[in-house]
Amino acid sequence: MVNDATDREPEAKVQTRDLSFYYGPVQALFGISLDIPPRQVTALIGPSGCGKSTFLRTLNRMNDIIDGARVEGEVLIDGRSIYADDTDVVALRKTVGMVFQKSNPFPKSIFENVAYGPRVHGVRSRARLAEIVERSLVRAGLWSEVKDRLEKNALDLSGGQQQRLCVARALAIDPEILLMDEPASALDPRSTARIEELIGELRRDYTIIIVTHNMQQAARVSDMTAFFYEGRVIEFDATPRIFTKPQQHRTEDYVTGRFG
Amino acid sequence: MPTHLEREIERLKRKTLSLSALVEDSVRRSVRALADRDAAAARHVIEVDDRETNDMEVDIEEDCLKILALHQPVAIDLRFIVSVLKINADLERVADLAVNIAERAVFLSEQDPLDLPIHFGVMAEKAQAMLKKALDSLVNMDADLAREVCAADDEVDDINRQMYAKIQAAILERPSRVDGLMHLLAVSRHLERIADHATNIAEDVVYMVDGEIVRHRSTDFKSQI
Repeated sequence: MVNDATDREPEAKVQTRDLSFYYGPVQALFGISLDIPPRQVTALIGPSGCGKSTFLRTLNRMNDIIDGARVEGEVLIDGRSIYADDTDVVALRKTVGMVFQKSNPFPKSIFENVAYGPRVHGVRSRARLAEIVERSLVRAGLWSEVKDRLEKNALDLSGGQQQRLCVARALAIDPEILLMDEPASALDPRSTARIEELIGELRRDYTIIIVTHNMQQAARVSDMTAFFYEGRVIEFDATPRIFTKPQQHRTEDYVTGRFG
Repeated sequence: MPTHLEREIERLKRKTLSLSALVEDSVRRSVRALADRDAAAARHVIEVDDRETNDMEVDIEEDCLKILALHQPVAIDLRFIVSVLKINADLERVADLAVNIAERAVFLSEQDPLDLPIHFGVMAEKAQAMLKKALDSLVNMDADLAREVCAADDEVDDINRQMYAKIQAAILERPSRVDGLMHLLAVSRHLERIADHATNIAEDVVYMVDGEIVRHRSTDFKSQI
């Protein structure tokens, strides 16, 4: 998906315009308008149930599979609506990869886990697949640990390794945007630090949007932070400002731990 | 129900206020000792007050480090801790200056009175008033009050310059009293420095409350008053 109006990098990679979301009769998001910049890490923070994960899932239409899910307003990637009638959802999920809180490797070999996506999208050549698998595992910081046992079962890997495998899997289809929903919350501190380092490296090439309830993590890894509360964005600003001088009282109360 | 961090911050506030009260008092007593030629009162400031303020200052700094390490505060809590660290250092310097004034007072009390129209009453009052206002602005988290302190600094600088001129003239007139006169010059400088530190403290309060760093911007304040 390329913005063919200009050769410049667009100012916002992902834009939402007055986005509202309903789970059946229940409204979960209220008129959210956010411009997410390209090749940066944007963190979504807020107390449980504030809508940040729901918002994340509207960006690659993962909510489609939920009964009674309804979207109002617009979500644009590179200036084009992803909820248009002619949107190719499969192509969308190639552009927008996702890593989940609980790593979910397939019960297959490490190689097969990473090769699965590209295969589904039409890559047949074994040589090409091997190339993609290696590149993805290198990018995810896992290659050196698994390169001699690619045929081994992915479920034998440690929690931290499995999560990095899921990152590799997401990267294998060559997305432009990476969504991460609490990617380190199930990991020990050392694995968490590795994932955060990884995010720092990946941001050079991908637009990353991460949901986290760990404020210090948001402060460490992100360039921009959006504070969600009860389905609305209360404040969206450069991360250093959110954590040194937030403009809204509620934001300050949240980041200083006075509630939530 | 206040969090652990909120309780630590309240404790730190109270300690800072205790220290500031002690320091204000030391300044007042050293200036009085100078005016009254009271060596005993001056020695009390030098020996007793200084030790107490040093201990409190170290205690406050250690508390700040502990809070930073254990709680990793952000936003207003972070600005508060950073401001306390800086204000703590300024208070320590003011305490040192009170000692310096007290030392001059001891020297001068052991000499014949200078009998010159050089009085520090006005200057000392202004410097002490600035200090008090700066500390009040800290207590009340009042950035506007703090800005008033910043705008008042020039007055004390002017008096200091006038003092210099007067003392220079006196030295030329009475060169045999130059020792004592040099001490008076030092007192003027000490009071001017106390006013500077009051300004620093006020600037730190503005930062704490508004999140703006306002050093080197004194001309802005005067146009706002």
